[in-house]
This record gives sequence, structure tokens and C-alpha cells, in this order.
Amino acid sequence: MAEELAQILTPDGELRGEPPVDLEATRHLYRAMVGARLFDRKGTALQKQGRLATYAPFEGQEAAQIGSAAALRGDDWLVATYRDAAAMWFRGYPWKLLLLWRAGDERGGAPPEGVNVLPPSITVGAHMLHAVGLAWAAKLLGQDRIALTSFGDGATSEGDFHEAMNFAGVYQVPVVFLCQNNQYAISLRRDRQTASPTIAGKAEAYGFPGVLVDGNDLFAVYRVTADAVGRARAGGGPTLIEALTYRLGPHTTSDDPGRYRDPAEEATWRERDPVERVRRYLQRQSAWTEEWQREIENEEAALIEQAVEEAEALPPQEPGQIFEAMFAEMTPQLREQQQELSGGGPVTPTGDR
Amino acid sequence: MATLNVAQAINQGLDQALAADRRVVVLGEDVGRTGGVFRVTDGLLERHGEDRVIDTPVSESGIVGAAFGMAVGGLHPVAEMQFMGFSYPAYDQVVSHVSRIRNRSRHRFTAPLVLRIPYGGGIGAAEHHSESTEAIYAHVPGLKVVVPSTPRDAKGLLLAAMPEEPYEVPIGRATVAREGTDVTVVAWGAMLREVGKAADMLEEDGVNAEVIDLRSLVPLDTEAVMESVRKTGRAVIVHEAPRTAGLAGELIALIQERALYSLQAPVARVTGWDTVFPLKRSEHHYLPSPERIVAAAKRLVES
Repeated sequence: MAEELAQILTPDGELRGEPPVDLEATRHLYRAMVGARLFDRKGTALQKQGRLATYAPFEGQEAAQIGSAAALRGDDWLVATYRDAAAMWFRGYPWKLLLLWRAGDERGGAPPEGVNVLPPSITVGAHMLHAVGLAWAAKLLGQDRIALTSFGDGATSEGDFHEAMNFAGVYQVPVVFLCQNNQYAISLRRDRQTASPTIAGKAEAYGFPGVLVDGNDLFAVYRVTADAVGRARAGGGPTLIEALTYRLGPHTTSDDPGRYRDPAEEATWRERDPVERVRRYLQRQSAWTEEWQREIENEEAALIEQAVEEAEALPPQEPGQIFEAMFAEMTPQLREQQQELSGGGPVTPTGDR
Repeated sequence: MATLNVAQAINQGLDQALAADRRVVVLGEDVGRTGGVFRVTDGLLERHGEDRVIDTPVSESGIVGAAFGMAVGGLHPVAEMQFMGFSYPAYDQVVSHVSRIRNRSRHRFTAPLVLRIPYGGGIGAAEHHSESTEAIYAHVPGLKVVVPSTPRDAKGLLLAAMPEEPYEVPIGRATVAREGTDVTVVAWGAMLREVGKAADMLEEDGVNAEVIDLRSLVPLDTEAVMESVRKTGRAVIVHEAPRTAGLAGELIALIQERALYSLQAPVARVTGWDTVFPLKRSEHHYLPSPERIVAAAKRLVES
């Protein structure tokens, strides 16, 4: 049933079911969430210093992102949004490139070979179809890789959500739809986004399962994603996962949540912090110490600092480079315009005079 | 040698492309069982199977968005929109993603995707079935836009976009459809027929028209146009699309930049009007006719 909330770890860090990964793996994922949160806060700080263009913080959504990304296989596709830096990084998209992209440099859109993660989608909803196509191609090419696409509650009102879900259902494409329902689409509350009781319930209309999960529960997100991924890989078709979570920060560095939501609501969700939840669990299992916490924070922070340095040390692109990736080979028109930009003055062919 | 019409030539091209490379797939509304609304994909489902000739739901954004993903994922999809007037729901996918992924990822990801869109009027169709809005595609950076006028070019340009190229017509190269000395007439697609009739009529009156079939709107074969205009000193641009912000404006700008001093008269344009494409009973008032083309050419020659 879509309306039943899957939960394994309570906000207090108590187990309600079988953990999907062992203690060592949990420590690894916890560390990733800690690192992601440090990156996220760094991103906001860098933007305020004028070193990034805009930044879309994901604080509060670490479990939804790391838990789902961890359930993918190395060659699976991830097609995500501008708020999914944690998931993308976990799949191998370097911090440096995510920063570069945020700083307004196209080179940030080119992940290393072998990292099957598309550059972040800025348009809302269109990218779900891209995941459908990628998964479909894998199926037709006889590969057993799947695609996971991540999007927010706002995207479910776009026409492309419907078209993507419909195609996925009709062709039984090996794709997983992960809705990080963080309760707000910029300023619009979830209850104004759709009259459906749940987003997960929408899957029924497309003929495949929808699952509602506590998106701040690392274990539950991992479990339901791994199940959906396994089903897709085995030819069982798509799944829609609704991960109930909350964006603790603003939509981006250019808005003020105080204009559209109650601070008390934020405080309630702060108590359900996905990172703190896993920490409590690890502490209960005697697998967490303050010393270790300091150690991983220092190490992750150093990696982020290094990424910032490397991103900022990269010299700006030459002016003419804006023309170079429009096509495999530049058209005569682009060559001429490139020449005009870098040579100074327009190319005024007066050859017939 | 067999004589084929444009639809049959594209059908043959698709058939060859599907046979030559497993990565080629065809998708669109009614492209399978019925062979497409213009029968362009007739018989392909039977020969290549339903995994590769895919009947889709009525879902233009879905078709192009999914085809985009397929292309990034290693396939070479050929997606069909039934009519240009129905392509607009997919326009966001084309403008926001198909045309941009290579730049967005600095060549790391590419989308080798062919979008086939029948266009144009004159067949007495219902509203939305006669649109000629190629300019809104040509305006988008990152797309190549071709408009064939002959069966040979239709097949050749299609195959030029395919991984295997058994025979091809180069994208970005115009052709001289008819040689002449007095006036250059530039056109593309279905307008070549009207222009051909106009050239015959002009001939009878002793005016020798040179006809340039652009074939490719992006990239544009600027030099082919200039070469002809420098020779004749006069030019008429003909397109079926509405006039304002149409491609005739672009061509005239190029001619004045590059061949102004060869001109013996202002450049003329014969186009559709800035109106909604009229329904059956009035569409002949809209479409550029041989008479309008002749009148424009004569004005230039006599000026």
C-alpha cells in the first residue's frame, strides 16, 4: 500500500526493522552524509562570498540522496536535479565539478568517463523522460543497467512527469522514479501542489507500484530503493518512490523561507534530522565516538577545501570556447562568429566591392 | 532506376539505416502498425520488430524526451512528429535539452537524435496540420535543420544524420536546382515546386532565373547564395512560413552584408503572411504562388 510509511530507523535512532546494511557500511554511509552536509554549508558560504553564482542547499535531504544513490550499481544511470549534489557526488561526480558548475563554468557539466551521471537538470520535470530513455536504451542494447531519476514534489505537476511515468509503465522500462518530497516547491506547499493524498499513490494510475518512505531514514530509503532497483534490473518494470523529507534551508541562496513557512515547522523537522538519526543509531551500537566524528569531519572538510581550491585555480575558459561544444564540428557560421569575438570587430565581407 | 516519392525515399532510407545498425530505432505516433500518417514508416515494423519500430502513446514531449535519453544512452533514434503543428508540446525538450546536452557537458554526452517533422500546407488539412514554422527551430543554437525538396535529398539528408552512411547528401550544402543569369530565387522544401513553375513562366518572358535549393537551413550554405547573387545581381527569397522574423530576413541580411555592391535591385521576399494558416477554402490566398514569385522577380529585373 502506497499510504503506509516505510521506516526502519526512528528519529531517536531506534531500529523498527532489519537494517539493510551492516555496521561498517552504515559508518561509511554516515560519513558520506556528514561530508555532504559540510559541502552543502560550504556551498551556501561560498555563494554569500560571491564565489558561486547561486546555490541550492539540500540540508535535511541527505538520507534521501545518499540512501538512494548507495542502492545503485556502478554503471547505473543517475539523472538528478540541481538540489542533488549529495547523490551525484556519491555516484562519483566530483565536488570540484559540482562547484565549478555552480560557479558558472560549463566544464562542471562534464563528469569523468565511467561516471554515469548526467549534469544536473535545471528545468523541472523534463529530465525524468531522459532517465526513461536511458533505461530504455540499456534494455534495447541488452545491458542490465537501470536508471534512477530524482525530482521534487513540484515536478510532479509538470506534464513531463505524466509522460515519463506513462512511457515507463507502457514499455516496462527499468527506471526508478525517486520523488524527494521536501514539502515545498520554492514557496508552494505540498498540499497546493496536488490534491492526491500521496505522491506515491499516483503510480497506480500508470500500472506500477508506488512506495511511501520516510525520506529522513537512511535505512528505509536504501531498502526501498534497493528493492525497486532489483525489480527493475530483473525486468519487473518501474517503481515510484516518494521519500518524505524536508528542505531545512531556502530553495536557493536567493530566497527567504520566512516569507512562506513557519519556523516552528522547521524546528519540528530539525528534530527528524537524517544525519543525527544515524549518529544516534551508531552510538547505540557503540560504533560512534566524538573523536571519530572530529576525525571524519576534518577529513571530509579537507577534501572539500581541496575541491574548492582546485575549482578556483582553474583558469577561465578562453572566450572562443563558448562556440566549441555546440556541435562535434563547428559550423561555418560558428567559426565566423568565434573569429569575430576573438579577433575584434565584425567580419564584414566586402569582397564584392 | 526506381522512381520514388519523398515518403518512399525516406522509407527506404530508414529501412537501410535500421538494417545497417542495431542502434537505430524509429519511434512516434502510429509509426508501426499503420506505417505512419504519411506511410513513411510503412513495413518497417514487420521487417525490424516492435522493439525498434515503436508505436508510442500520443505524447510528443514523451517521444522527444525519451528519444533524447535513448540517444545519450547509445542509440540513434529517429523520432517522428506527425505534423509540425503538433511538435510544440515537444519544443521544450528540443530547445532545453536536445540542442544543449553537448554544450552542457562539454562533449561528454551527446544526443545523436533525428527528429522528422512534416510541414507545410496546400493539402486542405484541418487546423494545425499546415504549419511551416521551421524558423523557430532554425533559431535554436545547437540544432541542425534540413528541409529536403526532392526524394534523393530526403533520403540522403536522413542518412547523413545516421551512423552508417550508405549514400549521403551533405548537411550544410545548398544546390543549384536550375541555372540562370538574370535573377536568383532562393527557396527550400515544397516551395521548390512553385519556384520551378515560376522559373518556367519567367523563361517564357525572357527572364532567366537561377534557383538555389538551400536544403539545409542550419548550417546555411551562405557562399552558394552569394555566388549566385554576385552573378545575377538580383535575389528573391521564397518561403511558405510567415514573413515577420522569417528566414528571408536572415538571408537578406546576409546578402546585404556580403554582396551589397553586386546588387542591381533591392532583395525581394515572397512569403506566407503573418496570419494563422488559413483552412482549406482560403489556403490558396496564403501560399506563395508562381504568379507572386514571377511578379517579384519581374519587379527586380525591370527596376
